[in-house]
Amino acid sequence: MEIYWYLIIAVVLAIFFVLDGYDFGVGIIHLFFAKKEKDKLVIAKAAGLFWDSNEVWLVAGGGMLFMAFPTLYASAFSGFYLPLIMILWLIIFRAIGLEFRSQFNYNIWTIFWDKAFGVSSLLLALFFGVALGNVVRGVNLGGVENGISAFEPHFFFLPLWDSSFSPLTIHPGVLDWFTIVIGLISVVTLAIHGATWIILKTNSSINNKLKSVIFKLTIVLLILTIFSLSIWQIIRPNSFANFIDKPYLILFPIIYFVGLFGLFFIKKLKKDIYAFTFSTLVILGGITSSLASLFPVILPSTNNINKSLTIYNTAASNYGLSVAVGWGTIGLILLVVYFIVQKRILTGKIDDMDYGNH
Amino acid sequence: MNDMLFYDRLQFAFTITFHYIFPQLTMGLSLLIVYFKWKFLKTDIEKYNNAAKFFMKIFAINFTMGVVTGIPMEFQFGTNWAKFSELTGGIIGQTLAMEGVLAFFLESSFLALFIFGEKLMGQKLHFLTGFLVFLGSWLSGWFILATNAWMQHPVGYEILENGKFVLHNFLAIFNNPWLIPAYLHNQSASLVTSSFVVASIGAFYILRNKNLEYGKLFLKTGIIFGLIAALLVAFPTGDWNAKNVVKYQPASFAAMEGVFKTEQGGAEIVLIGQPNMVAKKLDNKIAVPDVLSFLTYKDWNKQIKGMDQFKKEDLPDNIPALYYAYHIMVGLGTIFIAIMFLAVFFLWRKKLFTLKPLLWVIMFLVPFPYIANLTGWYVAELGRQPYLVYGLLRTSVGMSPTVSSGNTLFTLLGFVGLYMVLGLLFLVLVGKTIHQGPTSKKL
Ligand code: HDD
Ligand code: HEM
Ligand code: HEM
Repeated sequence: MEIYWYLIIAVVLAIFFVLDGYDFGVGIIHLFFAKKEKDKLVIAKAAGLFWDSNEVWLVAGGGMLFMAFPTLYASAFSGFYLPLIMILWLIIFRAIGLEFRSQFNYNIWTIFWDKAFGVSSLLLALFFGVALGNVVRGVNLGGVENGISAFEPHFFFLPLWDSSFSPLTIHPGVLDWFTIVIGLISVVTLAIHGATWIILKTNSSINNKLKSVIFKLTIVLLILTIFSLSIWQIIRPNSFANFIDKPYLILFPIIYFVGLFGLFFIKKLKKDIYAFTFSTLVILGGITSSLASLFPVILPSTNNINKSLTIYNTAASNYGLSVAVGWGTIGLILLVVYFIVQKRILTGKIDDMDYGNH
Repeated sequence: MNDMLFYDRLQFAFTITFHYIFPQLTMGLSLLIVYFKWKFLKTDIEKYNNAAKFFMKIFAINFTMGVVTGIPMEFQFGTNWAKFSELTGGIIGQTLAMEGVLAFFLESSFLALFIFGEKLMGQKLHFLTGFLVFLGSWLSGWFILATNAWMQHPVGYEILENGKFVLHNFLAIFNNPWLIPAYLHNQSASLVTSSFVVASIGAFYILRNKNLEYGKLFLKTGIIFGLIAALLVAFPTGDWNAKNVVKYQPASFAAMEGVFKTEQGGAEIVLIGQPNMVAKKLDNKIAVPDVLSFLTYKDWNKQIKGMDQFKKEDLPDNIPALYYAYHIMVGLGTIFIAIMFLAVFFLWRKKLFTLKPLLWVIMFLVPFPYIANLTGWYVAELGRQPYLVYGLLRTSVGMSPTVSSGNTLFTLLGFVGLYMVLGLLFLVLVGKTIHQGPTSKKL
């Protein structure tokens, strides 16, 4: 039962990252590569249309996480208090920027909101990566100091950073050099993802330029990946044990690398959708590989006094989980409907249609 | 009360107050949109269709605001009320997740279809999508209220040795005697808000002598629905809720009504008065004898328990706020009925559209249903104090053990600033839509 819900939640959140991910990526591209006013407008539209419907997946994923693993929800959300609230602010601020941009038509106004939109997208991409990095690295559960827990064993609190910026101290902060590297990976990945989305959805004049940008970013991504894998080994020495125990899990890293290598052929790809598929694979593969390497742990403990949080010691009662399967199935059907509806409205290039601003 | 608890509560109160500004309009408005669309199907007069589409634009803006301010609500259960989430997540997690998975998906998918798909699917199907949006938003309210009802009057649970509440009977959560009255009252109240908004936009168009045809339609529809909803809010649903409070939360009832001392015989109903917490009595009060006993028990002489019958630590901790909130809600409810009654009367006498003073009143009535709704929630939430889960889990136990008061104050200030900008954006967008009018093709 726990595993079932774990998988569902992972899938829903992964979809959120794929969907909202291109949105953030579009913001990053917008910040660095859109020079002409016309391109900016088209690009902002490519993001602006669907940001609110993508948030659906976050709400659904969050709700299910609360229902199925309440202890994890309580522990992680209060422990990562500051970064989470900042993510919330950024999500809201970014939405404000998108909507406000087109309300008044003079240039300081648009320039300001353009930058705001770009910067908040960039920071969101970074923060999501950093969050993943924190989960992989683990936290000081129970706030242990000199062998004594300051809190109940499943609670903790992370400062934004620790002066050493090292993931190896007993009190690592949210930002340290390991999590920042993961954050950068996330930024690069989502920038690529956003670029493939723009290419897919628009006829903007920079599409060709974007292809070479993607090519270069993919090289950067490969380097960062190799680098992070090696420091990963330092931080969690036997983090690959799961892949040796259950060889089929290797599928996830394979997905990641297929996507990554696919992107090297960006200029030769016949259809725009292939590029988008490859960048989607990178995201899905990246998230699933990280989760697979931890399983069944969801939040590792960095001290050896308090146990890591796993899907088993944080789950709700079996009765609760089983009734939820009942209504969850109806939800699943709705979810498929939702997806189809979105797709039908989504197909085609945006600038060929006359969607206005809302 | 220590700082940590205070800031946690303040932040929750602030963010939920802001959040609830939006859903109260969407829930009621979706019903009116369904009505307009249905009228169009029956009469084939283009006016009704345009009205439906116009209000769907306003709906969409509201909905977006509801979503962005709703996500922080869901997060805050974990961030600020971690202990509460840990202990009760097995139960309230169910209803909150159902809201996200069932209601929200329904609402969002069909909202997109309604807005973009009219040409694709023909009028009957278009009506159906509108109806499903309505269903989604009312389901949303249902699940949220089920959550709240469980906190007001917990049912279907079992408490384990480690203090955790686990689900024992899933259906009991939806059979909760608190839920149905609260839901019906809340939904009627949200219909009050939306009818008043519709009527107000109508009055605005008439007074400006612009979009006159629509002005009349909106005003007429708004006041008729407004009158029905205002009546439903008071009776039977408001009355029914009050009976539940007496039965399940007698201490909060005494505080709401300002009954400091238990009197022999029937209890008086207080129309006006100021609670004096030092002398434990109401100052400057105007009251009618025995009526409270009658309204509550249909018996003029039945005794009502006063606050002196409860231990101090079981009484709500902010009695004046609770008392005022309750009296504002009920007072406004009475005024709404009076104004809507007048308006419908003049509509019937065919004088309404030229009766400028009343049109002005209706135009400026808009903030008041919002105030009544928010104060209504303050009654519910302040009355639940000092418990998070009534009678079982104290509010002071529920907060996050590791988040310091400084951090919460910091994030509270952040929310205040951000929400100010958000509110501004909302006003600009809605203002623009109203200005463009119902015949505009722009989205
Ligand atoms: C337009 C808004 C509005 C108006 C005019 C009224 N109410 Fe109300 N009331 C609400 C909006 C509301 C609400 C916001 O919708 C509440 C909060 C919780 C709930 O379910 O509904 C509520 C709750 C609420 C409660 C429950 C308090 C608790 O949970 O402890 C009672 C006893 C009443 N109302 C009684 C009344 C009466 C007797 C009214 C007479 C006119 C009245 N309300 C008018
Ligand atoms: C239906 C869903 C709701 C739930 C589950 C809920 C839950 C909570 C929780 C957990 C708290 C914090 C702890 C506390 O102080 O008791 C709280 C406080 C509060 N809520 Fe609600 N709430 C809901 C709806 C609302 C609405 C719609 C409003 C009003 C607009 C509201 C107004 C308040 C206020 C004013 C407080 C602070 C009360 C105080 O601290 O004394 N609530 N609520
Ligand atoms: C603490 C309590 C609350 C939480 C955690 C919460 C959570 C949320 C969330 C996450 C959303 C975004 C989208 C969605 O899931 O529908 C939302 C929107 C919504 N909420 Fe709340 N909410 C709370 C209080 C309320 C109350 C009291 C009501 C009304 C009875 C309400 C009614 C709605 C509706 C109808 C929407 C749909 C969007 C809209 O119509 O504006 N919520 N809420």
